[in-house]
Amino acid sequence: MAPVANPKTFCLDIKKTNEVLTAPKLMDFRKGTTTLGFVFQGGIIIAVDSRASMGSYIGSATVKKVIEINDFLLGTMAGGAADCSFWERHLNRLCRMHELREKERISVAAASKLLANIFWQYRGQGLSCGTMVAGWDKKGPSLYMVDDNGDRHKGNVFSVGSGSTFAYGVLDTGYSYDLTVEEAVELGRRSIYHATHRDGASGGVVRVYHAGEPSVGRSPVGTWDWKP
Amino acid sequence: MSGLMEYNGSAIVAMAGENCVGIASDTRHGIRQLQTVSCNRQKTFQVTDQCYVGLSGLATDVQTVSQLLNFRMKLFTLREERKMQPRMIGNMIASMLYEKRFGPYFTEPVVAGLDGEHKPYLCTFDFIGCLSTAEDFVVSGTTAEQLFGVCESFWRPGMNKDELFETLSQCLLSAADRDCLAGWGGVVHIITPDEIITKKLKGRMD
Repeated sequence: MAPVANPKTFCLDIKKTNEVLTAPKLMDFRKGTTTLGFVFQGGIIIAVDSRASMGSYIGSATVKKVIEINDFLLGTMAGGAADCSFWERHLNRLCRMHELREKERISVAAASKLLANIFWQYRGQGLSCGTMVAGWDKKGPSLYMVDDNGDRHKGNVFSVGSGSTFAYGVLDTGYSYDLTVEEAVELGRRSIYHATHRDGASGGVVRVYHAGEPSVGRSPVGTWDWKP
Repeated sequence: MSGLMEYNGSAIVAMAGENCVGIASDTRHGIRQLQTVSCNRQKTFQVTDQCYVGLSGLATDVQTVSQLLNFRMKLFTLREERKMQPRMIGNMIASMLYEKRFGPYFTEPVVAGLDGEHKPYLCTFDFIGCLSTAEDFVVSGTTAEQLFGVCESFWRPGMNKDELFETLSQCLLSAADRDCLAGWGGVVHIITPDEIITKKLKGRMD
């Protein structure tokens, strides 16, 4: 814990003081993003952009915002890059531990709840995360949205990040459960593409993942990269 | 200044060559910083046949100042029956901006032109009219830091009009690729004693 009177609000406090005193943009780390995910007849599509912005400065245009938690689970990152990547790697470990202890893969519901519980514990301390946990378990494909407030929602269509409103616009017009895999991949790609155009904080390449029905001995997750 | 300089986003750069001078700007028009609303906003304005002014900053003030500049130029030619030299335009802009010292226009102009002897003239201002001249290049806008970086490495003395165009374009596009608030296309003007070459640039649209 930080050696101050109120460690819980340490980050928020230095953010406030640094804005007027020493380092005005110190706490404005990697934030802008567009990510989306949806469930359809052929499984799940996850699509993300690849820009890391620090304030209005573009830190990198080739960031990986999808974390392959294991062969059956995907996580997306939006918000603080360090917060997301750390806690999703942590979740990765918890899921593996579950597998070893229970001799059974963790369900998507349980995995997402592990993450939500962590965020709940840290609620109010300035974590910045908007993540989606998606994948396959015994019950089939499912998609959860988990954020830094400890919110956890199950749903068929989600988009998270500063460009999410733009992505929703395209996604909602084109979405149907009965999409073919090709159509679904194209819809994901197109939604992120249009979001990167309108949202200044999103950009770079579009990464699309398709999590199809898992079969024995084959990873269900494919990756496609596009230049917008 | 409560972020008004970053509200719309802009990147402007001007460079000197051998008997030629160039000015380039991006074309994005954003609102509330991150939301891109159009890709053809004018940020460079021709003020005489041998001089351009680039206006970065708040779009509404850019338009107002460009109209005001246009008015002042016309009034000058009517009264004096001669055209303004770039150095004179620079000094005029400085005093126009300082006139509004306590309620400023949120724009940082750049002047690029050729004087009577075809010598390049470049200068830039802060938003309350502090003029500073340069022999090599000047930059302005939200992308200023990035532009300084690339221009410092790629500018060299004695460029001809084609080399100047290439350098200017590459510098603008590379710098804008590191800024969330500028890019989405560009425009370049090369001013030479006998012609003005204007070209549009295609840039990344994200």
